[in-house]
Amino acid sequence: MTAASEVSTHPSITHPLNVLVATDCGSTTTKAILIEKVGEEYRQTFRGEAPTTVEAPFEDVTRGVLNAIAEIEELSGRKILDGDTILTPNRAAQGDPKRGVDIYISTSSAGGGLQMMVTGVVQNMTGESAQRAALGAGAIVIDVLASNDGRLPHEKIERIRTMRPDMILMSGGTDGGALTHVVEMAEYIAAAEPRPRFGATYKLPLIYAGNKDAQGQVKSILGEKAALEVTENIRPVLERENLAPARHKIHDLFLEHVMQQAPGYKKLIEMAGAPIMPTPAAVGVIMETIAKREHLNLIGVDIGGATTDVFSVFEGVFNRTVSANLGMSYSVSNVLAEAGLANIMRWVPFALDEQTLRNRIKNKMIRPTTIPQTLDELQIEQAIAREALRLALIHHKSLATGLKGVQQERTISDVFEQQTSGKTLIDMLKLDLIVGSGGILSHAPRRNQSMLMMVDAYEPIGFTMLSVDSIFMMPHLGVLSTIDEKAATDVFVRDCMVYLGTCVAPIGRGKDGERLADYELTFPDGRVVRDRLKMGELRLFPLGLDQKATITMHPGKHIDLGQGLGVPVTRDVQGGVVGVLLDGRGRPLQLPADQQMRVSVLTRWFQAIDLYPKA
Amino acid sequence: MAHSYTPGLTVTEQAVVRRRRQLPLPGQVLVQVGDHVQANQPVARAALPGKVYPINLANQLGVAPDEIKEYLVKKEGEAIQSDEILAESKPLIKWLKTEIRSPVTGTVESLSTVTGQVLLREPPRILEVLGYVNGSVVEVQPKQGVTVETTCTLIQGIFGIGGETWGTVILAAKSPVDVLRPDQVTADMKGKIVVGGSFLPAETLTKAKELGLAGLVVGGIHDKDLRALLGYDLGVAITGTEQVGFTLILTEGFGTIPMAQKTFELLSAHTGEKASISGATQIRAGVIRPEIIIPKQAGAVSGRGAATPQREGIRIGDPVRIIRDPLFGKIGQVSALPSDLQKIPTESEVRVLEVKFPDGQVAVIPRANIEVIEGA
Repeated sequence: MTAASEVSTHPSITHPLNVLVATDCGSTTTKAILIEKVGEEYRQTFRGEAPTTVEAPFEDVTRGVLNAIAEIEELSGRKILDGDTILTPNRAAQGDPKRGVDIYISTSSAGGGLQMMVTGVVQNMTGESAQRAALGAGAIVIDVLASNDGRLPHEKIERIRTMRPDMILMSGGTDGGALTHVVEMAEYIAAAEPRPRFGATYKLPLIYAGNKDAQGQVKSILGEKAALEVTENIRPVLERENLAPARHKIHDLFLEHVMQQAPGYKKLIEMAGAPIMPTPAAVGVIMETIAKREHLNLIGVDIGGATTDVFSVFEGVFNRTVSANLGMSYSVSNVLAEAGLANIMRWVPFALDEQTLRNRIKNKMIRPTTIPQTLDELQIEQAIAREALRLALIHHKSLATGLKGVQQERTISDVFEQQTSGKTLIDMLKLDLIVGSGGILSHAPRRNQSMLMMVDAYEPIGFTMLSVDSIFMMPHLGVLSTIDEKAATDVFVRDCMVYLGTCVAPIGRGKDGERLADYELTFPDGRVVRDRLKMGELRLFPLGLDQKATITMHPGKHIDLGQGLGVPVTRDVQGGVVGVLLDGRGRPLQLPADQQMRVSVLTRWFQAIDLYPKA
Repeated sequence: MAHSYTPGLTVTEQAVVRRRRQLPLPGQVLVQVGDHVQANQPVARAALPGKVYPINLANQLGVAPDEIKEYLVKKEGEAIQSDEILAESKPLIKWLKTEIRSPVTGTVESLSTVTGQVLLREPPRILEVLGYVNGSVVEVQPKQGVTVETTCTLIQGIFGIGGETWGTVILAAKSPVDVLRPDQVTADMKGKIVVGGSFLPAETLTKAKELGLAGLVVGGIHDKDLRALLGYDLGVAITGTEQVGFTLILTEGFGTIPMAQKTFELLSAHTGEKASISGATQIRAGVIRPEIIIPKQAGAVSGRGAATPQREGIRIGDPVRIIRDPLFGKIGQVSALPSDLQKIPTESEVRVLEVKFPDGQVAVIPRANIEVIEGA
């Protein structure tokens, strides 16, 4: 049989999937992984990467994909490519198991990802619902326009004209409610004649997901001006969001319109055996899958070069936000601008003048692929990461909320504690797991550095497990889970998640050295450690992967471990590659303002858990 | 990683560059394939639709949206002058009449009987795309723009601000390590592209602005001075639209960093010649770096310079620039390319290379932290 006859550019998913190759086309790097069925379980076996080739001089995303796969070929000795074609299916049945793969799948965030503009009538009601729908579908929301956003009509029109989104999502009004505002917004959009980011000649995809009674008018106003798609209202009644239909529509239009304009994507779609997913949407799928499978409340973060995505699942409700300009390379300078110099410097365990730090951060921005070579450079990057993570979570908390504008039923017990609608869903005390992903977390030279970066940024309280994505394969597993959940779960458990351990952090503060809690830690081998956790202390106890210890904490009378002030707590704690971290630094975490004292405190903490090599 | 390498900045005596000159919306192309164009010559033109001003007549007149047609003085499609009456009420007593006047000169574009809104549009604005470089038109995309090709000396910078401009290249520094002092910038440099050395202090920036220089090319500046110049802290490196009075190009980065000898020598060799420069920088995939393009005179072209070939990777002997502390800005030659991963002081295991500096010293540097000086 000739090579040509065994080539299929449209692999069907009817055959068993034993060998899979998956890529994530990022804005800088295309990462490929090989997944193979070993015995009864799937394992990630080889990986390769290559620069993404969306832009000139290549202008064809598949070049980078083929280069990344070629690297897997070299490392694995498996023949995957025949020229520019991926050999499918695997030829094991023909006695040549090292030839071909059963399927190729991919995610993509290249070329700046999916950039959307959303509109609503009331900013913190339908405006926010539209924003949540777009973010959940993996988009970056470049603006939210609403009737009450404070901008004058002509300013809104000018804004629509100047932004060049990949897609617009229009919402507004409950079904059967007033039409005027949503029709008015349609008129503004029509007047602005919005144009898409890529391709001067095609019509901008626009999804209408507002008051169903206005569909006719919206069609007549925008039908000629945009590639209009109408779907169900995302807020049919004030008390309920219905985001799924709009999200599905976004995915469809992403594939049908946006991806078709990006260089080489037509070929990529043909090469892939399953629909290409936006990277964040795929990460969201895998996060949601973990939360559901383990019945956990979790926060996931993917800190990249340009953006930081935060995902959360609390009581089964999934939310995603993207902080478009918080990142560790392209956007590193913006972390400085948003956090302020003092907030970054508070994590740096040595003195450094402002000018040097500013210049170093800008140099990282203009040469984003460089890596820290010296320890002090690493410490500066990890200081910046703490602030990027912290700011992205603040952003996430503000959007991951209950629905606003919903009438509250109040009883006599609410007299003293009235809660407004739209409260954040992120309850740090109910948080079970933090999952970190992205180069700075996945590739930190010591795993305890990843753990402390997340602990410092998120200030978990009570008992919280932490983990990282070993080599950034969550996007690949997210798209894989849509075609083979077992394969995705196997690889996720065995090769993707690296459990770091558990952080135990009492809520409250005291004077330095004052008792926070007495603890008794019983290890699986029967060894018992009894001691006192004092204010300002960090203690780390190694406890291996798949091991559990039992801890009893007797907090001081002003200290809470989740059960109330002074109430003792006994719990099992999960181990990991780092162990159990007792964080006695108090919540909220406060650092001395005085530079000398701050450096001394940081040095003490870092030494206590052997965070960095000795200089 | 067999397929990974960090392409560097191009600094070359002769290259053929093509620049796409695109309209932001369909319009008219003014030149043909084969035409020779000048940097300041319009090559395409489009009418940018005017700004839109919505007026809610129903609210202002206190009538139902579907009645507004009856009150319009100017009909849909009609021209209207600023302050001219657009609509008026029809009371029984004349002096109770409400007049709605147009805030702009333009046309009545549309009206809505659902919202009671009238949209007025200002006249279109003519937008011209210029040639940017002296060269020949090699491609025309009907209604969209052209591609201009030129054989030139090409120098890419690492970061810039400000848009496209052109002028005569003039050297203000004597060597690539010189700091460009304010007294070295003089009134006769107005409209010129001035080349400095290692650093540009804030006082020189201020003077350059006062004197009306077209462009400044230097090794480095301090971030705090850039912030003062822009009036804000630049968060993301997407530039090119700043209006600070001149275009600024950094060849090395932030801080005091001597300009690469080759860059300085090349700019020195072309003193007095016309150059096109752009500060536009975009540091994402599809990097756009600032550039200095000095088109060759007809007789000065040596052979047919091909488009810059794609490099295969780093080779021993390549001139490289260290782009990260502790040796940031130093220039040397690759002396060894060990293939095994090596542990660096951060404890990361990375691929490295050895760089030999002109003084004979050798340093081991992560491969990610060097930049090949292209076009050498």
